[in-house]
Amino acid sequence: MSMPFYVAPEQVMKDRADYARKGIARGRSLCAVTYDDGILICAENSSATLRKVSEIYDRIAFAGVGKYNEFDQLRVAGVRHADLKGYSYSREDVDARSLANAYAQMLGQIFTHEMKPMEVEILVAEIGTDRAGDELFHILYDGSVVDEDRFSVLGGEADTIAGRLEESWAGDLDLPRALRAAVDALTGPDRTLRGEELEVAVLARSNGRRKFARIEGAELEALLG
Amino acid sequence: MTLPHFSPDADPGPDFASLLRRVGRDPEAPIVESIGGVPLAITHGTTVVAIRTRDGVVMAGDRRATSGNLISHRAMEKVFPADRWSGVAIAGAAGPAMEMVRLFQLQLEHYEKVEGHPLSLEGKANQLGQMVRAHLPAAMQGMVVVPLFAGYDLQRGVGRLFEFDVTGGRYEELHHAATGSGSLHAGTVVKIGYRADMEATDAIDLSIRALFEAADDDSATGGPDLVRGIFPIVAVIDVEGFRRLEDDEIRQRFEAMIGDLSPTNTRGAAEGGQRPEQEVDR
Repeated sequence: MSMPFYVAPEQVMKDRADYARKGIARGRSLCAVTYDDGILICAENSSATLRKVSEIYDRIAFAGVGKYNEFDQLRVAGVRHADLKGYSYSREDVDARSLANAYAQMLGQIFTHEMKPMEVEILVAEIGTDRAGDELFHILYDGSVVDEDRFSVLGGEADTIAGRLEESWAGDLDLPRALRAAVDALTGPDRTLRGEELEVAVLARSNGRRKFARIEGAELEALLG
Repeated sequence: MTLPHFSPDADPGPDFASLLRRVGRDPEAPIVESIGGVPLAITHGTTVVAIRTRDGVVMAGDRRATSGNLISHRAMEKVFPADRWSGVAIAGAAGPAMEMVRLFQLQLEHYEKVEGHPLSLEGKANQLGQMVRAHLPAAMQGMVVVPLFAGYDLQRGVGRLFEFDVTGGRYEELHHAATGSGSLHAGTVVKIGYRADMEATDAIDLSIRALFEAADDDSATGGPDLVRGIFPIVAVIDVEGFRRLEDDEIRQRFEAMIGDLSPTNTRGAAEGGQRPEQEVDR
């Protein structure tokens, strides 16, 4: 009978975290920025069909980086969670916090119990009736949740991008300026991105019941100026 | 609530009804037997009509719900947006009908979110047909639900209109449709007043007229209630999407119609239910 080698739990966790981080770092980053009318989510994504940002519910949006099939699975689970909850109770009872907790539970469970952790980082964003009600939940591959205000950055280069946003973000941003700040933060000083390499969406208070809207094509070009 | 997660072979896909079944909540109405031979008093919603116009579709429904010979609600709503470009109007057992509409609305939105793009208009009509068919066992027990479905087909650039029967049969109507207890009267008024490529504003007047005549001859259909300010619900669906008209506008149109309706003025449905020329744009 062969004996399995003893590996210290610290080492197991560290290896898994390194594995997940490496997977996430392979993809492009994205950021979410609060502005006067809501929340802007801007991702570097050259595909027009494989989305990183999408709608979960009336006031809630989802964004993910890392392995596409894994965060897309999480996105669909989130839509189901929200729609089931809205059907059982009422549309007002669907909130980002409980969804973020459910995600955290699932990711934490997978991180500790499965062979392979999910190579994803996700964002659950919700807008309130005013700015104070805006919420950004940043959930990591191991299930840890970070509640952020102002802005949130996901992906391998998160720290650098967050550093740039720290400088450019202001409390009075409108949509064009918020988009400019987000794009500049993603690219840095040495690169530029064209409209078709970006995936942009907003949760805007001025929209109807469903606050989520994509900004694409001519509208995006006009905003980029 | 934990996150609903399924293995690939058990995944319900973009279908909300099968998701509900998968998590152990059957969306279909339960089968009830009458208690001690006494049939249950079921609230019924009554008359709805839909008319195809040049730019889309007009849908209208009265506001009365009855329970046997009693009026149970005066302000029930029977015309709903299904999503941005389509609407559904219901007649029949009110409880199951409202639940069907709620589920249908959710179903369309759920599909759109999971798949990333909306269902085609035809796909939506088929979905509703399947829901009506799934409801058949309850319908056999007296809880019949018969909806109308109409919408603007963005791919073809036309308004389209679908009728259903109790078995879920789906029939596309090219001109107009009516369902519910007053549908015979309302349908006749619409049939006589209908012209090909009607303007939406003429179709609105025609639908209001049709509901008025149905209320005149069918006790289960409610007419305009000037005391409480309750008027039929009328919605226009065109390339701009679903738009419900304000009560005030319906009131004004009714008032404009009063001259036509008084017994001393014999202008009636035989002349197409139209108001005199000078009032058309009021």
